[in-house]
Amino acid sequence: MPFDPNDIMKDRITDIGPPKYDNFFPPYIKENYGKWKYHEILEPGVLVHVAETGAEVYTVRTGAPRLMSVDYIREVCEIADKHCGGYVRWTTRNNIEFMVDDKSKLQPLIDDLRSRGNWFPMGGTGASVTNIVHTQGWVHCHTPAIDASGIVKSVMDELFDYFGSHKLPAQVRISLACCLNMCGAVHCSDIAILGVHRKPPFVEHDRVQNVCEIPLVIAACPTAAIKPKKVGDRKSVEINQNRCMFCGNCYTMCPALPIADGDGDGIALWVGGKVSNSRTAPKFSKLAVPYIPNEPPRWPTVVQTIKKIVEVYASDARRYERIGEWIERIGWERFFEKTGLEFRHEHIDDYRLAMTTWRTTTQFKF
Amino acid sequence: MALKHKTPMLEELEKGPWPSFVADIRRMAARKPMCEDLLGLLELSYEQKEGHWKHGGIVGVFGYGGGVIGRYCDRPDLFPNVAHFHTLRVNQPASKFYSTEQLRKICDMWEEKGSGLTNMHGSTGDMVLLGTTTDQLEPVFYHLTHELGMDLGGSGSNLRTPSCCIGKARCEWSCLDTQEITYDLTMTYQDELHRPMFPYKFKFKTSGCPNDCVAAIARADCSIIGTWRDKIRIDQEAVRAYAAGELVPNGGSHGTAKRALDIQKEVVDLCPTGCMEWDGKTLKIWDEDCTRCMHCINVMPRALRPGQDTGATILFGAKAPILEGAQLSSVVIPFMKMEPPYDEFKELIEKVWDWWMENGKNRERLGELIQRFGMKAFLEAIEVQPDPRMIKTPRYNPYIFYDPADVPGGWEHDPKAFRERHHA
Ligand code: HEM
Ligand code: HEM
Ligand code: HEM
Ligand code: SF4
Ligand code: SF4
Ligand code: SF4
Ligand code: SF4
Repeated sequence: MPFDPNDIMKDRITDIGPPKYDNFFPPYIKENYGKWKYHEILEPGVLVHVAETGAEVYTVRTGAPRLMSVDYIREVCEIADKHCGGYVRWTTRNNIEFMVDDKSKLQPLIDDLRSRGNWFPMGGTGASVTNIVHTQGWVHCHTPAIDASGIVKSVMDELFDYFGSHKLPAQVRISLACCLNMCGAVHCSDIAILGVHRKPPFVEHDRVQNVCEIPLVIAACPTAAIKPKKVGDRKSVEINQNRCMFCGNCYTMCPALPIADGDGDGIALWVGGKVSNSRTAPKFSKLAVPYIPNEPPRWPTVVQTIKKIVEVYASDARRYERIGEWIERIGWERFFEKTGLEFRHEHIDDYRLAMTTWRTTTQFKF
Repeated sequence: MALKHKTPMLEELEKGPWPSFVADIRRMAARKPMCEDLLGLLELSYEQKEGHWKHGGIVGVFGYGGGVIGRYCDRPDLFPNVAHFHTLRVNQPASKFYSTEQLRKICDMWEEKGSGLTNMHGSTGDMVLLGTTTDQLEPVFYHLTHELGMDLGGSGSNLRTPSCCIGKARCEWSCLDTQEITYDLTMTYQDELHRPMFPYKFKFKTSGCPNDCVAAIARADCSIIGTWRDKIRIDQEAVRAYAAGELVPNGGSHGTAKRALDIQKEVVDLCPTGCMEWDGKTLKIWDEDCTRCMHCINVMPRALRPGQDTGATILFGAKAPILEGAQLSSVVIPFMKMEPPYDEFKELIEKVWDWWMENGKNRERLGELIQRFGMKAFLEAIEVQPDPRMIKTPRYNPYIFYDPADVPGGWEHDPKAFRERHHA
């Protein structure tokens, strides 16, 4: 029964949810489900899991650009058909994992992946820089201050060596969000790249009444910078520019308050977040660099700043220390000194619980 | 091939070792005018350093209130093939295993009915089909449900697509059937997922252990994180093998060369509670003091394993900064057994939703409502007793509220009797 455009309610199926997860489990995953005993990383990008039954599964993890065409996916399928019995999976950081159930199948798979140019770099395991969790950017969203895919590509090219090696004190998670909505994993990452604005929105008074619900716009502002205002006989809003910190949330609610600006927009870098509970509790990322301009297509300043942070961390931190743990041990004053990053007014919090972030002790380093 | 538009800046991004999204889109552009115009539009954004998508866009499929993100380009005069460029969120199988047969079918459908571009995957977990026109939305949905057995994921003020870590499918530490929980919740709450009925969005995420590989504690209004209540299982032989350099520490995360693990320095001294002791022969753990951080298990996966009395810690309230500031989830249920059909968990969730739906303001996340009304009101509404495991520290201000019923004599005063005791 093909789709009938003249009777679209006919044969409608709803609420079936996703395919059940185990429909697509390879047989050795199904058989050993919940029976895994231990794992080991054999080389960067290659894991082995051993079950209580003695069964083994070898996993090869490869980087991927997340934004991918059906041709890319078809090539993934071709590899999975050839080596993996027609199964494959994606990770929570958008890497691809190819699995085989016998050691003899591993090297042919690796050789095949390596023969395919740049498309399937192996890595992302252990104490590496793995894939960058990121967002839509200029490819699809209307509220970004920066692009996503282009910056991710530029950073990964520069840090590529760290993707396929295990030479860091611990894993480094980098994330990117192109505006403060943060559709990704950024606030709790070792290094976070965030798109920021620096100019208040402008108000298109002739459109506000037609396209916006004014009370929603007023309620959208975290700093209460927006008031209703009559302009001629039209209802509109007024923005107190001194209270606006350019979050863009009012534009999310109201198309007549555009905020994007090629000269004002750019990037803030944050450091020291983590989500795992290992050793220390999960941490938020904190501001390291308030602003770097957008420099398409390669964003050299951002890339070099991130590289610098990674290198200083790699040479100074102890084994197992995540970036946030390292900074807490040496102190923020040393972090700024060692990385050479400038400390500015913007680093000092001034929102609500700001006081809890100031130093209320005489313990500090000169 | 030569593109209709000049893209000198994007071409820079075809260089370098990381897989290039530009090279990938470009090979599709040969067959798909939509991809060609997308590259042209993106190049314009690179030149002007501003995005070129119009605000918002409300489109969808009949019967559902979400699942599709509408997008219109703001220069259809220059790039007519991306004048409409809507996204569909397709609910992924839990932990993202696929058969190539299924993937190929999706690719064929999407090459025919859409741009041929995807995100594998969105950060909530959905398979994201990126870019099609309004008239194709119903045909795509029909094909998904009839031919592929797949449904849309969530968007809008509703339950979003739940997701989880790989769990028991390929991890020895998982204390939960993360996929089973995710699938069960997704199926039980299909209505809440497809038809927005909440004050704002709501997300579930499930990790099998406190390593939290799906970042549940940061990215879900309800975070379900596996844990155990009994003892860490120790294989003393294997511990000695790590000390002797016969096994590679941390599963090889710091290089695969064999080296003697300094158990005192790398495990015992880094234990956050100092509950371990190593005398060179035997590793002792005082489990009653262990906070199950996973560090020792991560470092010696062949010697240490989580306990067997497993369940979940349930935390609530994570959200991104907009509006009231970012929050991580906070512990509400220190331990709950998680076995199908998860009735105890579902009763809890429904109480949470009832309270939030009744009291939440428009676009107020659960975490913000808990802040506004207080943790006490939240706990009372969901009938949970206070527990010291819910806090990092007791309050340090003395501004404490009391219920008049808890104070002898209530809040009524007898001014005359007071003045008889105390002359003004
Ligand atoms: C048996 C051992 C482990 C397995 C099978 C496992 C599995 C995974 C997988 C498949 C991913 C997605 C990875 C990617 O996309 O590149 C992941 C991510 C992650 N893992 Fe693990 N992991 C293990 C050990 C650990 C350890 C030891 C930690 C912490 C110390 C940890 C914390 C995390 C975190 C925080 C993420 C990232 C989540 C995110 O930001 O999306 N995992 N893990
Ligand atoms: C304005 C247009 C927006 C677009 C195009 C957009 C796009 C997306 C996409 C594609 C995802 C991944 C979805 C999935 O996997 O199913 C996502 C996730 C997310 N969005 Fe947005 N978003 C928008 C607005 C917002 C707003 C207004 C907020 C918050 C105020 C927001 C917060 C988030 C968060 C926190 C996630 C991550 C969820 C998770 O990891 O579970 N987004 N967004
Ligand atoms: C100290 C400042 C920050 C705090 C306290 C914070 C906290 C949080 C919290 C609790 C969430 C949960 C998200 C949810 O699902 O609603 C979140 C989400 C997010 N944050 Fe942050 N964040 C901070 C800064 C940042 C920065 C600087 C970035 C980007 C560079 C960022 C990017 C994100 C993203 C992408 C998400 C979405 C995660 C998701 O839901 O998948 N955050 N943030
Ligand atoms: S982070 Fe902001 S700009 Fe980027 S996709 Fe999400 S809402 Fe859009
Ligand atoms: S950009 Fe943010 S702070 Fe500025 S007026 Fe709009 S909502 Fe308020
Ligand atoms: S969260 Fe724990 S159980 Fe799940 S994959 Fe990560 S380490 Fe394994
Ligand atoms: S799990 Fe953490 S707290 Fe428990 S014994 Fe191991 S290192 Fe210590």
